[in-house]
Amino acid sequence: MFPSRFDYKSPTSLDEAISLLSAHEDAKVLAGGQSLIPMMKLRFAAPAVLVDINNIPGLDQHGAQSDGSYRIGALVRHADLEKSTTLGDHQPTIAAAAPLVADPIVRTRGTFVGSVCHADPQGDWASCMVALDGSIVAQGPNGRRTIAVDEFVAGPFQTVLAADEIAVEAIIPPASGTRKGGYLKLERRVGDFATAGVALSLEMSGSTVAKAGIGLTGVGSATISATEAAAALVGSSLDDATIDAAAEAAAAATSPRSDHRGSADYKRHIVATFVRRLLAQHQPAEAKVA
Amino acid sequence: MALDEIKIGGLGASRKRVEDNRFIRGKGNYVDDVVLPGMLHMEILRSPLAHARIKSIDVSGAWAIPGVRLVLTGEMMAARNLAWMPTLSYDTQAVLATDKVRFQGQEVACVIADDPYIAKDACEAIVVDYEPLPPIVNPTQAMAPDAPLIRDDKVNQVDNKVFDWEVGDKDGTDRAFAEADVVSEIDMHYPRSHPSPIEACGSIADFDRSTSKLTVYMTTQAPHIIRAAVSLVAEIPEHMIRIIAPDLGGGFGNKVPVYPGYVASILASILTERPVKWIEDKSGNLISTGFGRDVYLKGQVAMRNDGKILGVRMHTESDHGAFFSDAQPSKFKIGLMHSAFACYDIPNAHLTATGVYTNKAPGGVAYRCSFRVTEAMYFQERMIQAAADDLGMDQAEFRRVNLVRDDDFPHRTPFGFLTDSGQYEKCLDIGLEAIGYADFKQEQEEARKRGRLLGIGISTMTEPLGAGNSREYDILGIKMFDSAELRVHMTGKAILRTGAKTQGQGHETTWAQIVAHELGIPADDIVVEEGDTDTAPFGMGTYASRSTPVAGAAVAMVSRKIRAKARKIAAHLLEVSEEDVEWELGRFYVRGAQDRGVSIQECAMAAYSNVPDGLEPGLENNAYYDPPNLTWPFACYIAKVEVDPETGVWDVLRMVAVDDCGVRINPMIVEGQIMGGLTEAYAMANMQFITFDEDGNCIGSNYMDYLLPTAWETPGFELHEVVTPCPHHPIGAKGIGECATVGGPAAFVNAVMDALKHTGVRNIDMPLLPDRVYGALTTGSDISGMPPVKTEA
Amino acid sequence: MTLFEEVPVTTTDEIPVRRVEMRVNGETRAANIEPRLLLAHLLRNGLQLTGTHTGCDTTNCGACTVLFDGQPVKSCTVFAVQADGHDITTVEGLATASELHPIQEGFKDEHGLQCGFCTPGMMLSAKALLDENPNPTEDDVRWALSGNLCRCTGYQNIVKAVLWAAEKLRDDAPADTPADDGGEA
Repeated sequence: MFPSRFDYKSPTSLDEAISLLSAHEDAKVLAGGQSLIPMMKLRFAAPAVLVDINNIPGLDQHGAQSDGSYRIGALVRHADLEKSTTLGDHQPTIAAAAPLVADPIVRTRGTFVGSVCHADPQGDWASCMVALDGSIVAQGPNGRRTIAVDEFVAGPFQTVLAADEIAVEAIIPPASGTRKGGYLKLERRVGDFATAGVALSLEMSGSTVAKAGIGLTGVGSATISATEAAAALVGSSLDDATIDAAAEAAAAATSPRSDHRGSADYKRHIVATFVRRLLAQHQPAEAKVA
Repeated sequence: MALDEIKIGGLGASRKRVEDNRFIRGKGNYVDDVVLPGMLHMEILRSPLAHARIKSIDVSGAWAIPGVRLVLTGEMMAARNLAWMPTLSYDTQAVLATDKVRFQGQEVACVIADDPYIAKDACEAIVVDYEPLPPIVNPTQAMAPDAPLIRDDKVNQVDNKVFDWEVGDKDGTDRAFAEADVVSEIDMHYPRSHPSPIEACGSIADFDRSTSKLTVYMTTQAPHIIRAAVSLVAEIPEHMIRIIAPDLGGGFGNKVPVYPGYVASILASILTERPVKWIEDKSGNLISTGFGRDVYLKGQVAMRNDGKILGVRMHTESDHGAFFSDAQPSKFKIGLMHSAFACYDIPNAHLTATGVYTNKAPGGVAYRCSFRVTEAMYFQERMIQAAADDLGMDQAEFRRVNLVRDDDFPHRTPFGFLTDSGQYEKCLDIGLEAIGYADFKQEQEEARKRGRLLGIGISTMTEPLGAGNSREYDILGIKMFDSAELRVHMTGKAILRTGAKTQGQGHETTWAQIVAHELGIPADDIVVEEGDTDTAPFGMGTYASRSTPVAGAAVAMVSRKIRAKARKIAAHLLEVSEEDVEWELGRFYVRGAQDRGVSIQECAMAAYSNVPDGLEPGLENNAYYDPPNLTWPFACYIAKVEVDPETGVWDVLRMVAVDDCGVRINPMIVEGQIMGGLTEAYAMANMQFITFDEDGNCIGSNYMDYLLPTAWETPGFELHEVVTPCPHHPIGAKGIGECATVGGPAAFVNAVMDALKHTGVRNIDMPLLPDRVYGALTTGSDISGMPPVKTEA
Repeated sequence: MTLFEEVPVTTTDEIPVRRVEMRVNGETRAANIEPRLLLAHLLRNGLQLTGTHTGCDTTNCGACTVLFDGQPVKSCTVFAVQADGHDITTVEGLATASELHPIQEGFKDEHGLQCGFCTPGMMLSAKALLDENPNPTEDDVRWALSGNLCRCTGYQNIVKAVLWAAEKLRDDAPADTPADDGGEA
């Protein structure tokens, strides 16, 4: 309940924040804090210095850009995305996931980018980023770099961010068609970690799938990109046989643990079921087998 | 003119709660809100291992931290004869471990410092050298011939058994089974669960050297029991101990036992000569304090082909953890488990019970259980469901055949209890009508054809409350009466104190309603106090739903004593003899001349200014009430659920509750109790559990793993009422606090089982988590035991 | 003006201390604190506003909920230093000197509390909901409160209390307030 002692810095610019990270060896960035602070209270984490970025202006915006990409700043809260009236038009996958992250109170503090940086295999946003082929923009002493999400997450709770880098925004690339998508999560109650979760993104060209992405939550040692399942969808019109094949392929891509949330087989089954349900939502009526 | 009873807040008034005035303003006074000058803070270092010898403890790192005032170890406690303390079940429990640790989370050392952050820093600096021992995590392991001995601290303890116990008629039951047409058998486990009030436990101990008086603010549901226990353990005379239970953030039985933290804080205060505050964190609370349940059942029902039950057999094995510390009537080792089947007319029954030690936190009796009655009624209704199915009879019809009839009272239950009143079938009828039972079979069939799984589950029960009469009931030899003390001031206002201790049940509101009923003093004119042993009359506290039946009765009785004295004063004021004085609510009047009367307030003023010769001034009294019998509220709970066949997730479509708790003092509060109880029933049926892996690691020791339902998952409830007054209670009330938690879980589980009936599955042990329901659904096999926690790569 | 402040005898320079200033229930308060001090503890132990409660150690129960610039946060999972320059509302800030807030009245009227321990947090989450959505459905209420755990009530009366308060606030509201469309790029 009581964290260890630490020193606290609250810079008002990115450059200042980066200098602080460079100057202090055992420093962590504090944004929403809804993953970091609980760990510090249980003393699973005890950084010597916290660099609080909440006072840096310009990081709290999200929206569609003129080039068709969608950007989410480092201080955009889960609740900002949940309550947005326009997000759903551009990013249905993210809009579907937002209400399911943690609980309504945690959502007012926790951030999208922070959650991706936390790299919890049971994190919902990383699965969305995987499905959407997103990237993280990191800024360090040597400037900015853009890192694709599958390179960004290095393992459970590990990213490739250098000690003196800050993730400043997430980018969802422009879509090559009409975006459709969704997120389904099996949780035993609000606020529980996912037993299993599926993020689906489709880019439709008419009634044909031009691009697809499937990200899986909580069914492996890290977020899983079900690439074969996604590939199976491309070029199809989401007929039942294709949906089944994608569902099976997604389940096969998992390596879940048997634990008190369910057996490995059960979690694989949930993944397959949720892939089917998500795809069925976007199935044109004529593609359904009579 | 008699007063309008509802207007003055008497019986039956849904009076708004007095205690709300401070709670809604954030002005409650919970233990952690209390600040005493010079107060220090205590944190506990807990064992990470379930079973291990302590080779050494090095506390030097803790002492080195600035702000640390005292570090307590088991050795220091032992030097003062405080390393072990007696439990409420005639066993002993370690305060701080000396030789061994016997469960994960057991208290090993305490740090007392200027603030809790420093105390926690210092705990982290303590180095303990453990030698791991093989842990025992279930009764089978406990009773294996080569099992390691957990309680090697006890002389004459040769194995891990706590008790064997038996009740009922073995021969008669054997004969019944021999004659039966059909025997139904079912085994199940009621998993370990935890009351987990939102406020955890804590104490502030303040030993004042100048007066030799020890004052302890404590999260306790039973302050007088604590005073006695502290006197025994700390060897401080009883009159020099004051226990104050202020506002409690829930109890549910978790705040009855004496916990090591309380004892350590008391010693710490004595040694530091400062008040010492110990506030437990939620993880400490879940991993070490009084849990509920963890009982295995082998159940058998013997029946005739027409559905009449001839006999029942129950064998229970209960897992008590490392110390036998249950607060329960001392005669009954497995509590009131043998109240099972009290609502059915069954001629023969036999119960055998074994209790064992394991390397887990001590407990078993807690969590709105009425002394193991939650287990009894869950087992009962699951056995009834299985029996009806095995016989091929409709669930409601089977119950109808066997329920005790309205005119069969007083009724001797198969295990020897005496029930005095009931309208069981009426409750069942109301419930069935409300849920739409008559049309359900068809609805269920049609839904199944469309791939939807619907189910209805019934749970009917009567349960014993208000323990209990002094012939049969005691805890550590102290009889289980309760008390009330009432003083009426000269202006007719009053103060009432009882030996009970509310934790949210609304005693400040409802006890005043009883006085209003008896004396016609408006409830708003009566202040109610509980919880301070310096002022409250002796009582056994509030748990097992005993307060309305016992303390509430004492409130009625003391009010009647006051009224009897006021009658004498009224006769004097009216200048007539006592036989000519009549009473109506709020006033005495002359028989035959109703307009000639005096109000109770006028009598009160006269008690201080104009008493008749030979009568003492003042208007106050007390009453100690030894209940003549238990009370027997009864209920019918019916749940309607839908199971998602693809995921095993189930939703409650409707939940109907029909409760008869006798006369309802405050209907609003009664309904609140029922809804709270149903939610805990739902929680246990759906998601809540504590389990252990093979190394004795506790899963469910924090709110990430121990799941409480939120407003989103919790279903809505439809409440109905039947009123059968209790024939022996002064105001006909029976009590209600635990009924829904006792009877509710079986309704939910029976409903899910009904939805899965076509698969042949007979049992899924709680919690019915989605993966367990899905597993049963797809394999057609029962799911037994706890969710497995071993993780595989 | 403080006449007396006891300080540690041994000054350890390595303990970081920050001065913070924030508005708490409309009043500006300032304190010197360690960064690791949780906001909940600043409120309870520092400022002696004990209406905010702590009920768990894993950021689940919501008993510690306060409003941070009008938004509900779990004050056990925010460092007090992060509240520097911000607006905090605790349960003690709900009532005015003369009147209870309709939410408080609703909780009493509909028996939305029993032990009272979760109640302050519950009411503040409810306030945040009603500030944003003056006409919520039952589902809206249950969803908004799904971060606040209650053990006593079973939630049904809490929902009734919030809907009661919503109706009272609508009845008492001045005509036509402009809609807020939320800050987005």
